Amino acid sequence: MQLVFVQFMTGLASAASLFLVASGLSIIFGVTRIVNFAHGAFYMLGAYVAYTLTDRFTGAFGFWFALLAAAAIVAIVGCLLEMTLLRRIYQAPELFQLLATFGVTLMVQDLVLLIWGPEDLVGPRAPGLAGAVEIFGKRIPSYDLFLIALGPLVLAGLWLLFHRTRWGVLVRAATLDRSMVAALGINQKWLFTGVFGLGVFLAALGGALQIPRDAVNHGMDLRIIVEAFVVVVIGGLGSTTGAFVAAILVSQLNAFGILVLPKISLVLVFLVMAVVLVVRPWGLFGTRPPPAQASIGMAVRPWRPLAPGEIAVAAAVVAAVALMPLWLGHYALTVASEILIFVLFAASLHLLMSVGGLASFGHAAYFGLGAYGAAFVVKAAGLPMLAAIAAGPLLAALGAAVVGWFAVSLSGVYFAMLTLAFSQIVWSIAFQWVDVTGGDNGILGLWPDAFAASPAAFFWLTLAVVTPALVWLHMVIFSPFGYALRAVRDSELRAEAIGIDRRRVQWIAFVIAGTAAGLGGALFAFLKGSIFPDVMAIPTSVDGLVMVLLGGVETVLGPIVGAVVFKALAMWLISQTDYSKLVLGAVVVALVVAFPKGIVGTLADWRDRLTARRGAGPSDAEASADATAAEPPAGTMAPAPSPATVAGRTRP
Amino acid sequence: MTRLLDVENLAKSYAGLAAVRHVSFGLDRGEILAMIGPNGAGKSTCFNMLNGQIRPDAGRIRIDGVDTTSLPPRAVWRKGVGRTFQITATFGSMTVRENVQVALMSHGGALGRWFGRADTRGRDEADRLLALVGMAADADRAAAELAYGDLKRLELAVALANRPKLLLMDEPTAGMAPRERVGLMRLTAEIARAEGIGVLFTEHDMDVVFEHADRMMVLSRGLLIAEGPPETVRRDPEVRAIYLGEGLVYDARHQEARADASTSGPQPEARA
Ligand SMILES: Nc1ncnc2c1ncn2[C@@H]1O[C@H](COP(=O)(O)OP(=O)(O)O)[C@@H](O)[C@H]1O
Ligand SMILES: [Mg+2]
Repeated sequence: MQLVFVQFMTGLASAASLFLVASGLSIIFGVTRIVNFAHGAFYMLGAYVAYTLTDRFTGAFGFWFALLAAAAIVAIVGCLLEMTLLRRIYQAPELFQLLATFGVTLMVQDLVLLIWGPEDLVGPRAPGLAGAVEIFGKRIPSYDLFLIALGPLVLAGLWLLFHRTRWGVLVRAATLDRSMVAALGINQKWLFTGVFGLGVFLAALGGALQIPRDAVNHGMDLRIIVEAFVVVVIGGLGSTTGAFVAAILVSQLNAFGILVLPKISLVLVFLVMAVVLVVRPWGLFGTRPPPAQASIGMAVRPWRPLAPGEIAVAAAVVAAVALMPLWLGHYALTVASEILIFVLFAASLHLLMSVGGLASFGHAAYFGLGAYGAAFVVKAAGLPMLAAIAAGPLLAALGAAVVGWFAVSLSGVYFAMLTLAFSQIVWSIAFQWVDVTGGDNGILGLWPDAFAASPAAFFWLTLAVVTPALVWLHMVIFSPFGYALRAVRDSELRAEAIGIDRRRVQWIAFVIAGTAAGLGGALFAFLKGSIFPDVMAIPTSVDGLVMVLLGGVETVLGPIVGAVVFKALAMWLISQTDYSKLVLGAVVVALVVAFPKGIVGTLADWRDRLTARRGAGPSDAEASADATAAEPPAGTMAPAPSPATVAGRTRP
Repeated sequence: MTRLLDVENLAKSYAGLAAVRHVSFGLDRGEILAMIGPNGAGKSTCFNMLNGQIRPDAGRIRIDGVDTTSLPPRAVWRKGVGRTFQITATFGSMTVRENVQVALMSHGGALGRWFGRADTRGRDEADRLLALVGMAADADRAAAELAYGDLKRLELAVALANRPKLLLMDEPTAGMAPRERVGLMRLTAEIARAEGIGVLFTEHDMDVVFEHADRMMVLSRGLLIAEGPPETVRRDPEVRAIYLGEGLVYDARHQEARADASTSGPQPEARA
């Protein structure tokens, strides 16, 4: 009984920081409609800055001043970020916003490493709250009691801010209807900046408040952002009260999970989230979100399958690739195999995010499931490699079928957050179920059969598996099913009105994409000879998104080009610098802001412009020049006028 | 014989606001019924209930004697109901022809297939439908670049793809130039009469209504206030009161819509 009480109090204390972070995330989303992936980074920055400041300012006053000052400093950084980056992408598809803020997260990770070094840092105890208070015969740390009281106080403070101040009322109005604020003559730009600053302040304060409890470390950002996503998904995106209730729920589940069900404690939270989503898709306190601003993958240039001539070129490329073992060394061949595997991974994600308009932030889970599936087949059943490569993807298909069934009932950022959370479940299982998966130590000794043991042979095997899989994915895109998938992406309303079952179509696409990713994972396991949980962590998922984006999200061949360029670039970067994340993050941000069409999309634009100029008379050239002029200036990324806006113009 | 469409006591409120209040009406095969009423009268809400987009609070909808009241849109469509939207909904990333082909494939139950190229399926039939609505020349253009009037035409072709018994057209001619309006409705009327399709449409342009509707009904604040042949309804004092009261506003809006339509985008050549 006493133990239960202690766990309960610990859970409540942990809820405070989680609530601060989640409410900040929620407030920012409510007004700007941006899901700020960098929120975890701000939380971490808050902790690091607070560590430095508490070192400088000591004593009771100094300590508390340091915490607040840290939050304020980070909030200013947040405002600067909003003004320089986010203002450019408010109109962009949600995926781009998530990716850009993830890019910032990557950069912050390396910046923190540069400034504070790699060690965990232990901050001071809170002056006056270093002791413990005896309650029911158990000693509860005073600082925990302080945090427990702080949560409701912040909630009340936010309530007052939003209901009793002019600024707060404006923010609420903007949350309900953004056009209203513009109509009231309010400077919307600064309102957004202010809201973003407030949200970041809350996150940074949440981080700063952790330093007396926990060592400051580098994993803080991703750990908290996943939990915060779970909290806002459960509580309802945009609801502060929801964030409060859900933060307590999640923290208690964490606290008691360890006590009651230690084996599955990490999974417990996600299971509860899944249940909530089935019962209330928009969270406990949430309302149905407005339709997405712009769907990704919406190409203005209609897709067409490869023409016979292009198929010949593709075949020639495959043949040339097949000759690579003649002139590449062992290491280069291993790298080339890995690139091929990631081409398949990116192409599978492309089916989901470009063709289906569903940007999964947890696609690595199916890559990992395929890898573990293959490993189980080898270790448990003792089957040969080829059987394992065939069987591995089945586990991925099963996982995708289960997750997809939940995920496709949502769309946009909810879909992104849910897939991310589910990938964390899969990761937790791999991490925690040590008996089966080896936990952190992974599964070792997955060597290819003798016939594929040499790097050249394995490369050929990879090529022989990946090429047909890519051809198959290409066929799916241009099959009737592929059209149905694009139809539900382009207009759910129209699709349902002509007899298409959106959920069913998207669920099937989810399973296909997961299976194809699993195939890549199975190959990956044998390429590396081992498999660890980290292969399905968030960075792998985001790598896939960046590959598709780099190649061109609106194009058919983008993922192939994108995966090759990205993977080669990333491997080269890691060999060149210790701060590859900083560069990579900057590349991601630059891509989103300045180069949203990716390599293939930009090339296609050039080709179109060339043919327009070369072909036909001057009138055509003029028309194409017009089209260029009408395009939004680079960096603003206004979506193309949709039929709806045209309608709005003709019928006010 | 049962009527093609039989609506009884249909009602829907949004958070206390009664958008549609116990409306009953029917429609026969080959009949063209116009639903008119000022903006906010509840016309679109009626349409959305008829095709399953919105679930009614009360009432019953029967199509060819089959109760479709609680069916989702895709099931209603399978019963032979095609519709167009007030704000057009098309597949912007596809060509005009592909838009129709998707509807044809869905009708033929082919959309579940993973193999075989889709762009050759139903091509001729799609071209025939496009020619019917005067869009043959635009078949290879992306739907996203169409002018608004052309989108309405494309929607009509898509709505005809499942050989519907009942066609629901919510403001099919809004945003079109006056000449285009009459042309599109004339075309619809011809198709409907030839194939025995029942048509329910809303329209603000009274010229179009009087020229093509066999019967009309007037909705005001969710209530059905008059119903009958256009000549009778036109003389109805209550209807006159509503339209006289609204008259000025209505005319102004009307003019504006025309002006907009004639300036928005490149005008397609006169068709039909
Ligand atoms: N989704 C909705 N939520 C709340 N009110 C709505 C909604 N849709 C329509 N309404 C209201 O219902 C009434 C009828 O709208 P509608 O059916 O669109 O009229 P009409 O098509 O005749 O212009 C209007 O007062 C409108 O504001
Ligand atoms: Mg309407």
